[in-house]
Amino acid sequence: MSILDEIKQRLKDKIGDWYEHNPRRIYFSVDKKEIKEAARVLFKDLGLRFATATGTDTPQGFEILYHFSFDKTGQMVSVRTLIEDKHNPQIDSLAVISPAFEWIEREIWEMLGIKFIGHPNLKRLLLADDWPEGKYPLRQR
Amino acid sequence: MSHKVVIPIGPYHPLQEEPEFFRLFVEGETVVDIDINIGYNHRGIEKICESKHFDQVAFVVERICGICSTSHPFAYVNAVEDLAKIEVPERALYIRTIIGEMERIHSHLLWLGLAGHFIGYNTVWMWAWRYREPILDCFEMISGNRNHYAMMKVGGVRRDILDQHIPDLKKTLDQISRATDMFKGAVMDDPVIHARLKGIGVLTRQQAIEWSVVGPTARASGLNIDVRRDDPYAAYDRVDWNVIVREEGDIFAKTVVRILEMYESIRIIRQCLNKMPKGEIDADVKDIPAGEGIGRAEAPRGEVFHYVRSDGTNRPIRHKVRAPSYMNIASNKIACVGGTISDATITLAAVDPCYCCTERVAVIERPTNKKVLNGWDLIKLSQEKTERLRKNYG
Repeated sequence: MSILDEIKQRLKDKIGDWYEHNPRRIYFSVDKKEIKEAARVLFKDLGLRFATATGTDTPQGFEILYHFSFDKTGQMVSVRTLIEDKHNPQIDSLAVISPAFEWIEREIWEMLGIKFIGHPNLKRLLLADDWPEGKYPLRQR
Repeated sequence: MSHKVVIPIGPYHPLQEEPEFFRLFVEGETVVDIDINIGYNHRGIEKICESKHFDQVAFVVERICGICSTSHPFAYVNAVEDLAKIEVPERALYIRTIIGEMERIHSHLLWLGLAGHFIGYNTVWMWAWRYREPILDCFEMISGNRNHYAMMKVGGVRRDILDQHIPDLKKTLDQISRATDMFKGAVMDDPVIHARLKGIGVLTRQQAIEWSVVGPTARASGLNIDVRRDDPYAAYDRVDWNVIVREEGDIFAKTVVRILEMYESIRIIRQCLNKMPKGEIDADVKDIPAGEGIGRAEAPRGEVFHYVRSDGTNRPIRHKVRAPSYMNIASNKIACVGGTISDATITLAAVDPCYCCTERVAVIERPTNKKVLNGWDLIKLSQEKTERLRKNYG
C-alpha cells in the first residue's frame, strides 16, 4: 500500500481537502483540533520526517502548513490547518510529539503571534530581545 | 563538590559569519546542559522576499549563506518551477548540478580545515584551505565570482559553462581527487584522530529521527537520506553516484561521510561534464501563476527547504526558508551533553554550523563572575588533549 493510501486509511474523515500538485507534492487539510493526531500518525506511526512548518497570514485566518517528507519516495506531504480566530489565535503544540517541532513553533509564535498550547519553552527564537511586545512582523496589515 | 560553571560561547566574533550563542553548563569537566540561542543574524529575509519580484528573490536568498551560497537559490528555483510547472532545458540542469557539487567540495574542505584546527591539526587546516582555493578559482572562471555565483535563475541558469573552461575544470578535479586521497589517509590512518573523534558527540539513529536532522549529520547516524537521490532535481538522476552512510553517529563518522562525499561530488561533476548536451540554458519564463510550490536542494549541510506561494502577481506572497542547520544545531543538545569541555568545540562544530563564536568562548566562575578561560584557552584545551594522546601513541 502506498504511503498516501496509508495516510487516507488512518486519518479517514479527518482529512478535508486533498490536493496533489504532482505525484511528489501532496497537500491536505485537517481541522485544527485534529492537528496533533494527524502529526502523530505521520511522524510517529508512518515515520515521515518533519521538514518545517510555514505560518501565513491570510484573509481567512492564520494558516499553518506542516511539511513532512517521506524520504523513501521523495514525497512531500503538507498538512494545512486554519486558525480562524485572528484576535486570539491558538493551536495545540506538536513539541510534545518530538523536539523537532520546538524551534519552528517558537518562530511562528514570535512572527505571527500564534500561541502553541502545551509548548515546553515558548520564548523568542529569532527576534531581538528589545523587539516590542505584541508586534508580529509577518502579520499583514 | 565542583562549581557549576556556565560557559558562554558567542554570540559575536568578527572572524565568523554566523553568530550563535551557546551556553554550556558544566560540572568539573563534564557538560551537563546546554542552552542554544540563535537569531543574532536574523535579517527578515522571508519578509523582504515578499516585496521582490520572482527574479530578484533568487539574488536575495543567495545572500542567506556565504559558504553554501548557491543552495538557497537552488532550492528556490526548484520551488518556483514546481509551482509554475516549468520545464528547464537539459543543459541548464547539468550546469546547476556541476555548480552544486563544486560548492559541496569547497564547503566540505572548509569544514575539514576548521575541524582540524579545533583539534590541533593546523596542518590539516592549512592544506584543506589550500585545496579549497582552486575550486574558488574555477567558480571565478565560470561565473566571475569566487562566491555568490548568481548562476541560478527561474527556468535555467544565467551563464553557460564554456568549452574552453572544461579542461581547466577537469584538471582541478584531478588535483582535488589526489588531495582527497591525502586527507582520507591522514584521517583514517591516524590513531590520535581515532582516539580524539571516535565515540565523541554521538547522535544515535533514533535521536537523529526524533530531532529530524538532515545531511551529513543524519547520514553519519545511519539515516540513509539524501534529497539528491530521494527527490531528484537538476541532473542528479542522470548520473551515477552513491549516498555515503555511516552507522556510528560520532564525529569520526561525520568526518568520514564528508570526506567520502567529496569523491562522489568529483564523480558527479566528471560525468556531468561528459554528458552535458549542447543547447539552450534558459526556458523563457513569462508569468508565474497563482499557486504554491515546494523546492528542496541538498546543501553541503543537508536539505534546504523553500516554500513559495504566489497569488498570480509578480511577487511571492509567502516565502518560507528553512536551512539545514536549523534542524542540526538543535541536536547539539544531545550530542554535547555528557561530553567534556575539551570535546565541546569539536562537537558543536561537527554539525558544521558556520563556526561563529567558538573562539569567543569565556569560562566564568559563577560565584565570583571571574573570567578564568577565554576562547583561545578552550581551543588550546582541545588541542592539548590531542597532544597528550599523541604522546601516548608515541
